[in-house]
Amino acid sequence: MSARRRIRIGCGAGFAGDRWEPAVELARKGEVDYLAFECLAERTIARETLAMRRGEHDGANPRLEERLRAVLPACAANGVRVVSNMGAANPLAAGRRAAQIAAEAGADDPRCAVLLGDDVSETIAARGELTLLETGDPLESILPRMAAANAYLGADAVRAALAAGAPIVMTGRVADPSLFLGPMLHELGWSYDDYDRLAQGTLAGHLLECAGQLTGGYFADPGPKDVPGLARLGFPFADIGAGGAVTVGKVAGAGGRIDAQTCTEQLLYEMHDPAAYITPDCVLDATGVRFEQAGPDRVRAAGARAAPRTPAYKVSVGYFDGYAGEGQISYAGPNAVARARLAAEIVAERLRIRGFAYDEWRVDLIGLDSLHGPGPGRPEPYETRLRVAGRCAGRRAAAAIGHEVETLLTNGPQGGAGDSRSVREILAVQSVLLPRELVRPRVETVRA
Amino acid sequence: MTIVRDLAHSRAGDKGATVNVSAIAFDAAGYARLKRELTAARVAAAFAPVADGPVRRYALPGLRALNFVVEGMKGGGVTRTLCQDMHGKSLSSLLLAIPLPGNRPGAAAAP
Repeated sequence: MSARRRIRIGCGAGFAGDRWEPAVELARKGEVDYLAFECLAERTIARETLAMRRGEHDGANPRLEERLRAVLPACAANGVRVVSNMGAANPLAAGRRAAQIAAEAGADDPRCAVLLGDDVSETIAARGELTLLETGDPLESILPRMAAANAYLGADAVRAALAAGAPIVMTGRVADPSLFLGPMLHELGWSYDDYDRLAQGTLAGHLLECAGQLTGGYFADPGPKDVPGLARLGFPFADIGAGGAVTVGKVAGAGGRIDAQTCTEQLLYEMHDPAAYITPDCVLDATGVRFEQAGPDRVRAAGARAAPRTPAYKVSVGYFDGYAGEGQISYAGPNAVARARLAAEIVAERLRIRGFAYDEWRVDLIGLDSLHGPGPGRPEPYETRLRVAGRCAGRRAAAAIGHEVETLLTNGPQGGAGDSRSVREILAVQSVLLPRELVRPRVETVRA
Repeated sequence: MTIVRDLAHSRAGDKGATVNVSAIAFDAAGYARLKRELTAARVAAAFAPVADGPVRRYALPGLRALNFVVEGMKGGGVTRTLCQDMHGKSLSSLLLAIPLPGNRPGAAAAP
């Protein structure tokens, strides 16, 4: 295949629950060559693995069907190729459904290339001596409770899937920027060792990966930071030149804004040392990045550099970590805060009397201290919502928390109202590094 | 009194016990002042109710931006399981509320 001089890649989703109208808009009016859908948060694969084991669904992203039915007709009509990690815990099942939906949407070529090999649970099960990056404990401490372990695959694996020729590529765990860098490698003929281009491509991928967060989503603060048409927020695309030139933009008339301010916020999002942002493809140095308005709805991004990729893949290990139970109830008017605090003490004491114990216990007064803790000089609010939460090994102890909040209605302080409760299974995530040679990405093509 | 929000905008968020929070100045004068006054120690003090620290600061002068990496989020452990804001996304607003010791740009000298 001869390399192209420029491609346009749009971002169709920035998280599993994202809106899909902007993706349809990009497929119809965005003149995009590719749409990439990033739908896989850290914990998602573990969650979908458990749901699959319980027989609740097939392990793919639960919204795959709705999203692809909305988007694939326009993609088929305009020849837009699709790359997505909606495969979650079962990329093969997701690929089969995608191919079927593509066929029903009138695609000439209803095939889907499925990228496999990110699931390394068997590989790491035999390597309990690996160190957990977050706590420093050995992996074996959580192996008995492991729900899933997936390596963050890179853009080379996405390129291999694209080379199989199917219009749709379905993956499990792939590093977010690599979903976008893969099409660049494939179409622009870049070498996987050309770090100047990998740097610019990774920069573009990182800017795009959260979709609306580049075009004015998660940005508005009425007054100093207004965003026009936020309800109709459009998603971004990037034009990538063969030499590594990057210009990001949005469809004319779509809601939102894209400028140096929105780009800088997104560049630093989830970035620690900006000189060493590690992906499977390279170690990005963003300290020299510059943004320049290149016209309405267009921003040029330049100056990314990169050091060679590391010898290991990062692996996310999802594991069962007990249950979290919580209950909430509201108090208002004179002395509301004191009544809420009294209520919290009563709940804790009643649970103790009933013999329940908790590994972690938390009391929040929503409206006062639930997000930023007890800051100095904060006035008492007129009303507050008490939230008590506890973590424990068993579901029964977790459920008891909400029950004892409920009993406050007739057994607690004056004026409690509007109680609610919940219990959830906790899926925790830690990471290990796995030498590259132990991970074997592979591609399987399925058709409707 | 000048707060960070008068000079800069911010986005925050990450996984688990370490969070990053940016401070992006609206203009060059604001960046110069932030660089001088919004030290890692000042951020660590403001974040003390929610994080044990340490706090590291990275400067990106070309973008007039500072990036703070806050470690040791309280209730953090591995996944901050019981926090309402498990990803620390609301912490941009905690940063923007930090008062700065100097004078407001363009205002008369403070006493």
